[in-house]
Amino acid sequence: MRNSKVVSLEEAIRQSGLKDGQTISFHHHFRGGDKVVNMVVDKLAQMGFKDLKLAASSLSDVHKPLIEHIKNGVITGISTSGLRGELADAISHGLLSEPVVFRSHGGRGSAIAKGELKIDVAFLGASSADELGNATGYGEKSICGSLGYALPDARYASHVVVLTDNLVEYPNMPQSISAADVESVVVVDSVGDSSKISSGAIRDSKNPRDILLAKQAAKVIINSGYFKDGFSIQTGTGGASLAAVKYIREEMIARGIKASFALGGITAHMVKLHEEGLIGKLIDVQSFDKVAAESIHNDPLHQEVSAVEYASGQHLGSATHALDIVILSALEVDTQFNVNVLVGSDGIIRGAIGGHQDTAADSALSIIVCPLLRGRIPCVVPKVTTLITPGKSVDVVVTEYGIAVNPGRPEIAQRLQEAGLKVVDINELAAKAASIIGTPDPLPFGDKVVGIVMNRDGSVLDKIYNIK
Amino acid sequence: MMFVPGNNPGMMADAHIYGPDSIMLDLEDSVTMAEKDAARLLVHNALKSIDYGNTEMVVRINPLNTPYGKKDVEAVVKAGVDVIRMPKTETADEVKELEAEILKVEEEIGAVGRTQIMAAIESALGVVNAYAIATASKRMMGIALGAEDYSANLKTNRTPGGAELLLAREQIVVAARAAGIACFDTVYSNLDDMETFRKEVELIKTLGFDGKSIINPRQIEIVNEVFTPSEKEINKARAVVAAIKEAQAKGSGVIAVNGKMVDRPVVIRAERTIALAIAAGVIDKEEAL
Repeated sequence: MRNSKVVSLEEAIRQSGLKDGQTISFHHHFRGGDKVVNMVVDKLAQMGFKDLKLAASSLSDVHKPLIEHIKNGVITGISTSGLRGELADAISHGLLSEPVVFRSHGGRGSAIAKGELKIDVAFLGASSADELGNATGYGEKSICGSLGYALPDARYASHVVVLTDNLVEYPNMPQSISAADVESVVVVDSVGDSSKISSGAIRDSKNPRDILLAKQAAKVIINSGYFKDGFSIQTGTGGASLAAVKYIREEMIARGIKASFALGGITAHMVKLHEEGLIGKLIDVQSFDKVAAESIHNDPLHQEVSAVEYASGQHLGSATHALDIVILSALEVDTQFNVNVLVGSDGIIRGAIGGHQDTAADSALSIIVCPLLRGRIPCVVPKVTTLITPGKSVDVVVTEYGIAVNPGRPEIAQRLQEAGLKVVDINELAAKAASIIGTPDPLPFGDKVVGIVMNRDGSVLDKIYNIK
Repeated sequence: MMFVPGNNPGMMADAHIYGPDSIMLDLEDSVTMAEKDAARLLVHNALKSIDYGNTEMVVRINPLNTPYGKKDVEAVVKAGVDVIRMPKTETADEVKELEAEILKVEEEIGAVGRTQIMAAIESALGVVNAYAIATASKRMMGIALGAEDYSANLKTNRTPGGAELLLAREQIVVAARAAGIACFDTVYSNLDDMETFRKEVELIKTLGFDGKSIINPRQIEIVNEVFTPSEKEINKARAVVAAIKEAQAKGSGVIAVNGKMVDRPVVIRAERTIALAIAAGVIDKEEAL
């Protein structure tokens, strides 16, 4: 067609004017099935680029080829929501000379919008695009649903390249990424393996501990005072928080209560409740499985939002400000209710901030579901290894040994006690964990900063040191 | 009663959080020969150091005629176990032998009479001798069916309906009731078929069992649901007990509730319903009547 933007990847890179030392960005909507990051960085390496800063919405196990690119000086800086697998392990041991900057999803959105995170060239995978660059997460070869985390990049990056494995006839509408923001379109064999969007963190659990935790979390919600007609809810991706939805659903039916909206990463569980009429609308920044990705395409009450509209602390219109209840998981919680979801008890990075900071801070009720023990690792501890979500944002911690309520929320503690739930002091939980497992030796951290944890307002919350 | 392998510290550490009435730490079939000593040490330390709250603690020991049985008795009695479960019990003499072993250890530590016995009946001979086994010791608190070994011994297989177990189940309930002790049904091991599990629990409740052995916390809820009296049953039981009290106060013997004659067995059943409801936590002791 006239004015077609379709070019080869190499040509798109050349047209972008990318220079050594500049920042490139990616989204992670294909999660463990992503093919764009590795493909683009391989090409940049071939073309001789050095000293690039990689700004991804998140990175996972599949991105371990970046290790070689870091060693060869192609990539010298990373910002992301999370890291997992061999790449995370190598970075925890000091692979990268600059610290990785970790931001929440809302924090990244607002950092891009405010220009604190300046993107020179965004490489955005899409499941379909037309020749002018109107792009979506729904296509014939692949499907990832919402492109919410890519939308700030598309809007604010100096130069936007859309990569797609399904070039469709103009106009590709309704579009997620607008052709008005796109400079080039690159057609590739595959942008991602859709079957892997529900891999990684998301599990559907038969684990009796998860089920126990889920039931307790559901009871907390039901008796919290926020469980009433028109409430809104978001759940994380841990086995227990997904399972909690099942019990909440039963109670919603029993009491004739309906939710106004569900937010966040949307799963098949939430789609089911919506289709049953129990949840009015779905606000979707990321589709966590194929069912959710199909639903966003077909159902007008299931809508995509950008990371800024989802969870920016700087934009008062963001959806988290309207959120009543969020269920989140944790690697560790400490006696000040601070939460760590990023660095394992072995000092190695193994997670992602995601929307944790954002939803905990903005929701009316934040519930952390966390086992007291994971094997021989205590999860309620005197002090978290790394501070990700400050305790003042956290209202309730649910463990299999009891429920702790932040002393700042006495009214919630009272409601739960009146409902017959076992409310305990969080110090007692930490003491219980220590009594069963003992006190672990301190971690052998070095003195090199390998990660900086940003708060969603752009301030520094904590530093992660290399592990020896 | 939830079975927990005695060689799995992770499972032993928090088995009680799921709320089973009793936990059976196993030293017998779930532990290989090579791990018998290690498991015994683990179980000993678990009993001594983990706060299991009000959960009744049972340990299934190895048979006394193996090299491990007597060591098991010593280790768990010293650790303060509530109940020793004797596997593959066939005769009253075996129970007496275990009783003597327990007494020996209890005398050594100055805690005579603390340990109770549960006998697992897992063979045709055991079923034939059920009453003799049930009455072999004052320490005997209950007998239980072990269906896998039993059905192998009968030269048959376990089936979903459990026809092959019917005689053994009835014999065990009758023997336990005649002896005035408790009786527990065997495990159901297909965790993916909760529907058949529920039917089996309903069946054994009808037969008269006091409880069910389970192998996974996911099975607890179903057992509790089946065994917990319904609101209707509780209300009916309350009416019966209230009516009999009123009749006793008036000095009259036979009474009627809702037009049906209430005699002694009806009252006993009503009292049992209320006791079960209190045990299940659906009513308070104070508000029972």
